[in-house]
Amino acid sequence: MAITREEVLHVARLARLSMSPAEADKMREQLDNILAYIRQLDRLDTADVVPTSHAVEMGTPFRDDSVHPFEEKEEILKNAPDREGDFFRVPRIIED
Amino acid sequence: MHEWTLLDAAKAVRDKEISSRELTRALLSRIERINPKINAYVTVLPEAAMREAAARDEEIARGIVRGPLHGVPVAIKDIFCTKGIRTTCASRILKDFDPPYDATVVERIRSAGAVLLGKQNMDEFAMGSSTEMSCFGPVLNPWATDRIPGGSSGGTAAAVAAGTCFAGVGTDTGGSIRQPASLCGVVGMKPTYGRVSRYGMIAFASSLDQGGPIARTVPDAAAVLSVIAGYDRRDSTSVDVPVPDYVAATERGVKGMRVGLPREYFAEGVDDSVRTAVTKALTSLISLGAEAVEISLPHTGYALSTYYIIAPAEASSNLARYDGVRYGYRAAGAKGLIEMMSRTRAEGFGEEVKRRVMIGTYALSAGYYDAYYGKAQKVRTLLRRDFNEAFDHVDVILTPTAPTPAFRVGEKVDDPLTMYLSDIYTIPANLAGIPGISVPCGMSPDGLPIGAQLLGKHFDEESLLAAAAVIEREIPLPRVAPLEG
Amino acid sequence: MRDNQGMEFEAVIGLEVHAQLATESKIFCACPAAFGAPPNENTCPVCTGMPGVLPVLNRRVVEFAVRTALATSCKVREKSVLARKNYFYPDLPKAYQISQYEMPLAVSGHIDIEVEGETRRIGITRIHLEEDAGKLVHAGAFAGAQTSLADLNRCSVPLMEIVSEPDMRTPEEGGAYLRRLRDILVYLEVCDGNMEEGSFRCDANVSVRPKGQKEFGIRAELKNMNSFRNVEKALEYEIRRQTEVTLDGGTIVQETRLWDADAGVTVSMRGKEEAHDYRYFPDPDLLPIHVDQAWVEELEKTIPELPGEKVARLVSRYGIPRYDAELLSSSRRLADFFEASVAAFGGNPKVTANECIQWKDVVAAGKLSPETIAHVVEDRETGKVSATASRKLVELAIETGKPVRQLRDEKGLTQVSNARALEAIVDKVIACNPKEVESYRGGKAGLLSFFVGQVMKETRGKANPRVVQEVLKAKLG
Ligand SMILES: [Mg+2]
Ligand SMILES: [Zn+2]
Repeated sequence: MAITREEVLHVARLARLSMSPAEADKMREQLDNILAYIRQLDRLDTADVVPTSHAVEMGTPFRDDSVHPFEEKEEILKNAPDREGDFFRVPRIIED
Repeated sequence: MHEWTLLDAAKAVRDKEISSRELTRALLSRIERINPKINAYVTVLPEAAMREAAARDEEIARGIVRGPLHGVPVAIKDIFCTKGIRTTCASRILKDFDPPYDATVVERIRSAGAVLLGKQNMDEFAMGSSTEMSCFGPVLNPWATDRIPGGSSGGTAAAVAAGTCFAGVGTDTGGSIRQPASLCGVVGMKPTYGRVSRYGMIAFASSLDQGGPIARTVPDAAAVLSVIAGYDRRDSTSVDVPVPDYVAATERGVKGMRVGLPREYFAEGVDDSVRTAVTKALTSLISLGAEAVEISLPHTGYALSTYYIIAPAEASSNLARYDGVRYGYRAAGAKGLIEMMSRTRAEGFGEEVKRRVMIGTYALSAGYYDAYYGKAQKVRTLLRRDFNEAFDHVDVILTPTAPTPAFRVGEKVDDPLTMYLSDIYTIPANLAGIPGISVPCGMSPDGLPIGAQLLGKHFDEESLLAAAAVIEREIPLPRVAPLEG
Repeated sequence: MRDNQGMEFEAVIGLEVHAQLATESKIFCACPAAFGAPPNENTCPVCTGMPGVLPVLNRRVVEFAVRTALATSCKVREKSVLARKNYFYPDLPKAYQISQYEMPLAVSGHIDIEVEGETRRIGITRIHLEEDAGKLVHAGAFAGAQTSLADLNRCSVPLMEIVSEPDMRTPEEGGAYLRRLRDILVYLEVCDGNMEEGSFRCDANVSVRPKGQKEFGIRAELKNMNSFRNVEKALEYEIRRQTEVTLDGGTIVQETRLWDADAGVTVSMRGKEEAHDYRYFPDPDLLPIHVDQAWVEELEKTIPELPGEKVARLVSRYGIPRYDAELLSSSRRLADFFEASVAAFGGNPKVTANECIQWKDVVAAGKLSPETIAHVVEDRETGKVSATASRKLVELAIETGKPVRQLRDEKGLTQVSNARALEAIVDKVIACNPKEVESYRGGKAGLLSFFVGQVMKETRGKANPRVVQEVLKAKLG
């Protein structure tokens, strides 16, 4: 089951990566190779295996519900590619 | 003095035999001469470093020693956030990013008294095994500048090997500390997952990433680890286990230590020079009282596939925040929001990052989750189990760090899958969360460094340091690359 | 609902509530969770998704959700998982929302509601934790381009999502469920329950099917309803719309529809929303939430008497109508006030309940003491003050803070209930209106109220009308 060009474009859209048709073709070929290699996992029977999502086996630690305001708001905002006052400014959503 | 060990330099500053300013000035001038040849630094901080050095000297004059790194110039991979110092991850998308805060690792090396020389080059977002995937251009191996230094912490390994800092801190998601350390002839350790705080370390694959030291000797690496290790309440995956005296552990020896040799790691694909050097490392351990035990880690062959699902999946989510809204690069002239984000990311990310974001997005997407991500998580359990069972019989495991010495620049750039194979021996430790160290154990006939990898039980960094120190003492090798300058 | 061929339809309704938890700080960072700050004021590197930051879970968020779970008979999971829900939007800084997906904090609960005298049990599928997103303000044109402005204050404010089973069949049931759920959260003091401000939000899943059919119809998801009334109206409209479409031979499409409160219609969002593929996976930055039995037991002790239990107890203990008990129980404070008022002098619970309900806003504002209500109720029972005067007295008490009895005496608002004291005035009224007396005696019984009115006028409203009537009847024969 090779990955199709349509799937590549769909995934690129999900990942918000604009891609020319030529790039999509190259990407399709590379992903196909990698996925073919990865699918060797299909050979393993893992029906009774529990998944591991963390390398550490413990409960998540908690913090107390106390407020410590971050005082240097400008240090965050100054990185904005575009802003209006203390807002981040972005182009408007255009329906397609 | 650039060839001194970090511990000697620290002692000299403490004993007032040399000032921090003298040391710092010497290294800054070496960076100036050497760095253009290897491109290991992306940001050098001459003024700030000299200011810090002067402050450390003043403290010494008043009898204040901040910690074990007092007055010693070090540098870090450009993946750690530094307040007021641009932090780029070697990506165009973060080229002018000025973090509003310091990473925990940065806080800790500063409070231990270290002087920060600069930020080191890397593969973009730590994705790569050759440090060719950087928006600042490739790093070159100081032992042979037509070769890659390994990656992704190639800038740090090359800078340490070239004597342009006494030590550095890198990160390791699938071998990114150990593999470049091996290829550059220096010591690199990936601690147990949870040992070093990830707060402020820009995430690649959160469940695998771990910061660790790169230095020219095992005791130097141990000294840096002592400083950066320890619980951090800002990182929920940080583990509250006391930090032992890692430097002392390097003196422990290996008498009675059971050293496992996994047959899967010595199969075909290992370069002869690597096999010979690692065998020499084993001999040195045995000669000092260790016992060799043949073991099997049966799922080893599946580790790379597992890694290339889990790491890209997590990365696809971790890197989604680079959308041009709050910081970093934004594509100009986009008509609407979606176009702005999509073009920002297409123009801001390099090829390898995009490839992995694509794989990860695909592996998590509806209809594929179980076949890819779900499956990989289950195989991860099997890989962990392999190690747990092995550690019932052995104290440490010895393997090559990388299958071959450093390859040529450009050799594997267009062949992602072959590039991925460079990490085949280092990846399993990340999936299992166990610690690993690479220590130099020989040179190839072409004069390229070769490293041996030692893997250990969770939170048993001490055994690794003890064994690595024996190999280091038994196999004397040059510590600084013979770069002219 | 019945069509002209006699086919009967029923609706199937499930509700998803997002309740903002009343914590001091946000769910994963130490920023204030408060409303109404200037743009991006309540933010830090963590909630603005700066590179390298990590989340740490607020313990109180878990406690609030566990208490809610216990109050709704849910099973609290010993281990639950925080997951990432991935999508791009400028108000979502990390481009994923930390939420819970496959392993929510609590499952399989229920709450009982009362509709038209019948008790219905509504299942709760799950309760899970998540973080809120920021706000996007549409700013108009800038340099020729349309722009929006992002304010991230709301990012990472703690939310609890409560998903019901599709157990409701009418808009009234939906409304009753929502009100009861809101009351429970407010009782637990885990959420302020304010729908207009958005700290209690509701989305609805609605479908219709021919009565008797087992399978569910295709459902629409309704959003943008910001009051209980609007939820009921939107449900009513949508059920009618789906029934009509079905009867006209059309098909219902699965879609999200927005309630337009001004037009009173739901509007399709089709085409405005791309197909979502959220790529959920366990958040590697956060380990599973462990809630052990000991913690659950400790939290169990903090659960107060809940609205349903309170209504039943008020009815049985005080003999007041269920309707009154429901109104009183809509607020813990009001119910407590009612009980304190009855306890103060053992006054008639029904009258006390009416007074409490009448003054519920003042009670909520904390401007009334139970003694005031108790005194007024007692004085009315003994005929010392009239209904009108008692109202006036309470108003004065609120205004001046003086005890009502002192006010009653100072302002001379005591009612004259002594028959002998009223006789002279009655005599005077009879003497002054001979014609009316004649008509009355001739059979025009309706004129009694005329005489009462005259006496009241003479006494400037202070006479007890009941006593006046008795004296008049006796004198007029
Ligand atoms: Mg939700
Ligand atoms: Zn915050």
